Amino acid sequence: MAVTAGKKVGWSTANILVVAWALFPVWWLVSLSFKKPGNIATDGGSFWPTSWSLENYRGIFKLGEFVRSILNSIGIAVISTVIAVALATMAAYAIARLRFPGKGLLIGMSLLIAMFPQISLVSPLFSIERTLHLFDTWFGLIIPYMTFSLPLAIYTLSAFFREIPWDLEKAAKMDGATPSQAFRQVIAPLAAPGIFTTAILVLIFCWNDFLFAISLTSTTASRTVPAELGFFTGASQFQQPAGSIAAASVIITVPIIIFVLLFQRRIVAGLTSGAVKG
Amino acid sequence: MADIVLDGVTKRYPDGALAVKDVNIEIADGEFVILVGPSGCGKSTTLNMIAGLEDITEGELRIAGEVVNNKAPKDRDIAMVFQNYALYPHMTVRENMGFPLKLAKVDKATINAKVEEAAQILELTQHLDRKPSNLSGGQRQRVAMGRAIVRAPKAFLMDEPLSNLDAKLRVQMRTQVSRLQKQLGTTTVYVTHDQTEAMTLGDRVVVMRAGLVQQIGTPHELYETPVNLFVAGFIGSPSMNFLPGTLENGGLHTSIGQIPLTPEIRRALEGSKADREVIVGLRPENFEDARLVEDKAGGGTFTATVDVLESMGSDIFAYFSIEGGGASSAELEELARDSGVADAAIDVNQIVTRLDPTSRAREGQPLEVWFNAAKIHVFDPSSGENLTHAVAAAAADPGRHAES
Repeated sequence: MAVTAGKKVGWSTANILVVAWALFPVWWLVSLSFKKPGNIATDGGSFWPTSWSLENYRGIFKLGEFVRSILNSIGIAVISTVIAVALATMAAYAIARLRFPGKGLLIGMSLLIAMFPQISLVSPLFSIERTLHLFDTWFGLIIPYMTFSLPLAIYTLSAFFREIPWDLEKAAKMDGATPSQAFRQVIAPLAAPGIFTTAILVLIFCWNDFLFAISLTSTTASRTVPAELGFFTGASQFQQPAGSIAAASVIITVPIIIFVLLFQRRIVAGLTSGAVKG
Repeated sequence: MADIVLDGVTKRYPDGALAVKDVNIEIADGEFVILVGPSGCGKSTTLNMIAGLEDITEGELRIAGEVVNNKAPKDRDIAMVFQNYALYPHMTVRENMGFPLKLAKVDKATINAKVEEAAQILELTQHLDRKPSNLSGGQRQRVAMGRAIVRAPKAFLMDEPLSNLDAKLRVQMRTQVSRLQKQLGTTTVYVTHDQTEAMTLGDRVVVMRAGLVQQIGTPHELYETPVNLFVAGFIGSPSMNFLPGTLENGGLHTSIGQIPLTPEIRRALEGSKADREVIVGLRPENFEDARLVEDKAGGGTFTATVDVLESMGSDIFAYFSIEGGGASSAELEELARDSGVADAAIDVNQIVTRLDPTSRAREGQPLEVWFNAAKIHVFDPSSGENLTHAVAAAAADPGRHAES
C-alpha cells in the first residue's frame, strides 16, 4: 500500500499532538521542581525556569517524613505485588487448566470486585482495620491492595497461561516431572512475560494509590508518598509548597519509569515461539 | 524394555461417552505396534491411557508384568513423542534432550554423554546449542525423538509423530523411525491415521473404529484377510473396490457381471441363507487389461469406459464408472466420511484398477477388463463381516490352519 506524502504529514502531526498533550504536564512538573522556591509565585507562569535550582529537592530530603514515606511506598508496593502475583499465578493456572464447576462464576465474581467503586469500601475498611489493629500498619494497606489487584492479575495471567500449549505439560509429565516440577521448570518460565506484565500493572496500582493511603494511615509509620505529599507545607504558612510537591512527584515517578523500561523487553519477547508446530 | 498388556481396557468419560471399549492387546518386548483408525476411533485415547495421561475406567494395563493403572506417568518409565513435538521453547536442544535425565537426578557428565550419543544417532550434534524456534520441522521432530531415547525407557509411545511434516520428509523420517526402533529394540506403540505408515512401519497393526478393536495382525494379514468391510476398506491404497452383489442359486451377480465362485468360496458361502444381498470386495491389483491375460480361467471380464487414467510409470491406475448403485453400509459410509468423499453421491459405482503399464487403456475409450475371481472377498452388508475370511486366510498362509 502506497503511503502518500499527505497521509504521512497528517499522521505525524496527529502523533506529535498526542505526545505533546501527554508530555506537557510532565514537563511542567519537572520545570516547576527546578524553580527556586521563592520565585515560584513570580516565576510561576514561565515555561522554563529562569534560574535552575535543586533547592526543592534538597528541601524534601531534609524532611524525615518524606524519606520515611518513600520507604513505606517501596515496601508496601513490593510486598503487595509479590504476594498478589504469586497468588494470581496459581489461581490463573488453575483457571486456565482445570475444569471445575462454577469456574465462570468465579471469574465473574473476581472481575466484579475489580469494578467495585473503592470509595464505597473506605469507611467499612477503616472500621474493620481499627478493630483488628491493622489501621496505620503496612499490612493495613497491603491487604486492600492485594484484594483489588488480584482480580486483574488473575485475569491477565490466565490469558497468558491459556496460550501455553498443554502438550508441554504432558511432555514434562512423561519426562518424569512431578506436577510442581512441571510448573516451575516448564510452565512458569514460559509464562514469565505474563508474570512481568502483571507485576508491573499491580505495582503501578499500589504505588499510585492515594485513596487507601490517605484513609487507612495516620502517621509516618505507614503513610506512603502520595498521601505524604498532601502533608507538605511551605517554608511559612503563607507559602505554597508547589515546588516541593513537584520535586517529590518527580522523585516517585522515576522508579516506575526505570521499572517499566527494565522489564519492557521481557514483556515484548515472545518466549513461546518454537514450542510446537504451527 | 518390556512387554505391554492391555487387558479389557475401557475408557468412559464422566459424561458417559464411551471412548474405548474392551481393548485387549498383548505387545511383546521389542515389538513395534501401530494403532490405526480414522479420527475419533479411540487410538489416541488408548495411547494416553498407556502413557498415564488419561485414567483407565475399567480393565488392567500391565507394563513388564506390573499393573500400572494407578501409577503416575513419571513412574511408568515410558517416553512419548507428541504430534506437535512439545519441545520446551526456553531450553536449548541439549537441555531439551537432557531434561528427563536432569529430572531423574543423573549427574551432569552422564547427561552430557548420553545427549551427545543420542544427538549423534539423530544427526543433531551441530544443533545442540540452538533453541527449538531456530530449527526446521524435521529437526524439531528429531529433537522430540531424542528426548525420548536419551533415557532408554521401557517403551516409546508415539502420537502421530510424522503428521506435521511435509510429504517428502515424512517418508524419510518414516524410514528413520523404523531403523531407530530396530536399532534400539525398544517396545514401541505408534498411533497414526495414515494406513501407509501403519503398513510400512509396524510389526503388527491394530485397526480401531469407534472405540473398538477391529482386527490385530501383521500388515500382510490385514491386507490379505480383513475380517470386515471396515478393515478391508481402510487398509490398502488405492482402497478396495466394493460392489453390491446378490447370491442366487449358487451364483454371484454384480454390476460387473456374474462372478464365478471358486469351490472354497462356494463352500464358505454355503452356510448362509440361499438368496441374499452381499458386498463384493476386490482390490485394484486383482484387475488386469484382458488383452494381457492369457489364461482367463478363474476370473471374469467386463467392458467399461475408462474415466480417468493415472500413469505412475510402474503401474497404470484406470478408473471406471459402473452403472447401478454402489455398495452401501454403515462402515463404508464412515470410511467415506473419513476420507472426505462423503458427499459424492453413490449413484454410480466407481472402480479403481491397477493395470500393467503395457496396457493400451485410453481415457474415454472402452476397455475389456479381467478380474481374478479367486481374490474376491464377500461381505455381509449389515454386519460388515467378511464371509470369506477363512478362505482368504488359508490362501494367504497355506501352512497355517485357517482360524475361525
